[in-house]
Amino acid sequence: MTTTIQPAIKPASDQAPATALLTIRTVAKSFGKSAVLRDISIQVAEGEFLTILGESGSGKTTLLRIIAGFERADIGELWMGNERLDHLPPYRRPVNTVFQHYALFPHLSVAENVGYGLRVGKVAASEITARVDQALAMVKMSSFAGAKPAKISGGQQQRVALARALVNRPRLLLLDEPLSALDANLRRQMQVELKSLQREVGISFVFVTHDQEEAMVMSDRIALLRSGELEQVASPRDIYSRPATSYTAQFIGHTNLLRCEVKNGIASCHSLSWPVGAGDGPALFSLRPEKIRIAGSSSRAGETVIRFQGVIRNRAFHGATELLQVEWADGLVFSARIPASTNLQGNLALEFDAADAIPVRESREQR
Amino acid sequence: MFSRAYRAAVTIPPVVWVALFLLTPYALMFAYSFWSVSPAQAVVHDWNLNNYRELTVKGVYSQTLFRSMWIAARVTFLALLLGYPLAYYLSFRAGRRKDLLYQLVIIPLWVSYLVRAYAWKTILGSDGVLNTLLQFLHLTQHPLESLLYSPFAVVLTLTHIYTPFAFLPIYASLEHIPRHLVEASHDLGASPFHTFWRVIFPLSMPGVLAGATFAFVLSLGDFLAPLLLGGPSGIMISNIVVSLFGAAYNWPLGAAISLGMLLLVVGLLFMSERLEKRWSFS
Repeated sequence: MTTTIQPAIKPASDQAPATALLTIRTVAKSFGKSAVLRDISIQVAEGEFLTILGESGSGKTTLLRIIAGFERADIGELWMGNERLDHLPPYRRPVNTVFQHYALFPHLSVAENVGYGLRVGKVAASEITARVDQALAMVKMSSFAGAKPAKISGGQQQRVALARALVNRPRLLLLDEPLSALDANLRRQMQVELKSLQREVGISFVFVTHDQEEAMVMSDRIALLRSGELEQVASPRDIYSRPATSYTAQFIGHTNLLRCEVKNGIASCHSLSWPVGAGDGPALFSLRPEKIRIAGSSSRAGETVIRFQGVIRNRAFHGATELLQVEWADGLVFSARIPASTNLQGNLALEFDAADAIPVRESREQR
Repeated sequence: MFSRAYRAAVTIPPVVWVALFLLTPYALMFAYSFWSVSPAQAVVHDWNLNNYRELTVKGVYSQTLFRSMWIAARVTFLALLLGYPLAYYLSFRAGRRKDLLYQLVIIPLWVSYLVRAYAWKTILGSDGVLNTLLQFLHLTQHPLESLLYSPFAVVLTLTHIYTPFAFLPIYASLEHIPRHLVEASHDLGASPFHTFWRVIFPLSMPGVLAGATFAFVLSLGDFLAPLLLGGPSGIMISNIVVSLFGAAYNWPLGAAISLGMLLLVVGLLFMSERLEKRWSFS
């Protein structure tokens, strides 16, 4: 890990996937006077699981609806290969959606719901039957083929909605918070199932969620959206270990933000200082709580180790680990995640590797 | 909970009201339908089935009933034909003008029935607006006498009057269709045309059925439109009931017809309710 400050990352454009299936180019959208999306450019690769992550009101659902064709972007373009998508009505786009509340047709049976897209697509009746059976088997809903949607549970409706979309063999599947209506256990189970299903069918998924854990578990890449702008686009590992901005660092997992001053290659925050490769001026660093350890508990050769003394203000037990709130300088508190232990005194010597303090850009003020 | 006195105070008045003004008249009518009229035009309380026999024997009653049902069926068809597109437009396409247009559909209901019926009289009459216009355009040489005082005039007027009644339940059922179902249909590749026939129309069937029931039942029992615009050929069953209770002074026969109508309408309402339940998926 290096200590050089990353150049301000322009999201997406510099990490174009090898084979882009969908290209979103400088899309913007306003409702009335409020801008919902600004200058969104991103590509979705063939077979990729891309998650659009954001808080409510970040514009993530609007972006999905623009891809599906339910909303029109004010400016910008959508391309799928050489085909321009944004001029096509939703029913001409090779894209299918799994809706947040499933949107199953209440007057049709489960099998009729799944076969709907094939029937309007004028697929031969015998082929429809075969493909519907196959799709229902894939989501383990074969025994409910004749049931009406009102008669099956939320999780089952979710599977049917998935089968209804996938049976059409879309090139891209859009999922609008499809798990948000399920309870926690079922939700975790569906996360795993959905991910393995995606690998199995090899279709690109664009998945919208507000749950950062869900995004981390399922995605190949995460596009973090904030107030209608892309904050960062990266793999879960990269976005966690190398957040580009203070917002990203705080939204994805927990972090400690260190406000430092860099002078002559040395960053200093109060009593702490370490060498960095950045230019002079104010700088912000993200330090994950689990990167802080009890002094002397482990050491890696060739690392600059920063030690400090602190007073434990709060301890929260999490099973294997515990989260400490440690005051290390007048009113400044670090969160530190350490292995659970019993013999902790009020005064504690802690340390972290200087390389784990990741320089981040200050996020813009929320507009 | 509420005291006994309070419960009595809120339940007894409506029960008395219904008993006095609904059940008693029906019971009287039921009784009358089994009585008869003496040559001196006095009601005789001898129980018999003569009235019902007369209804089945004399062709004029069944003919008039069938004509009434035929008129009501045409009115229903036309009211749905006008009301459905209107409701669809308001619910799915009108956008911001929706509320205004909705009020415009409702406002005619505030205008007196008589005014609306007379309006058609002035339009369809031999010196009326339509005939004057046709002659002015030299499409006809003489006024068309058949416009007014015909089943056509009755159907036209009843359609005008009862279309809002067909429109309202259709509009309500269209408004209840979740819009994401329409989006899901488009998403699955269905054009707006297919989406309408496969999703919107089936889901609006309960409203269509309720609207049809309203239009049919209300126009079947109508007597003002045929009285004002129907002429001899446009007479409906209610006109016969009115004259039996009035000029003819044969209350027992009038009561028998009324009871028959009542059974017919209740049967229709029952059927439509059954169907509505079957077609609703909420």
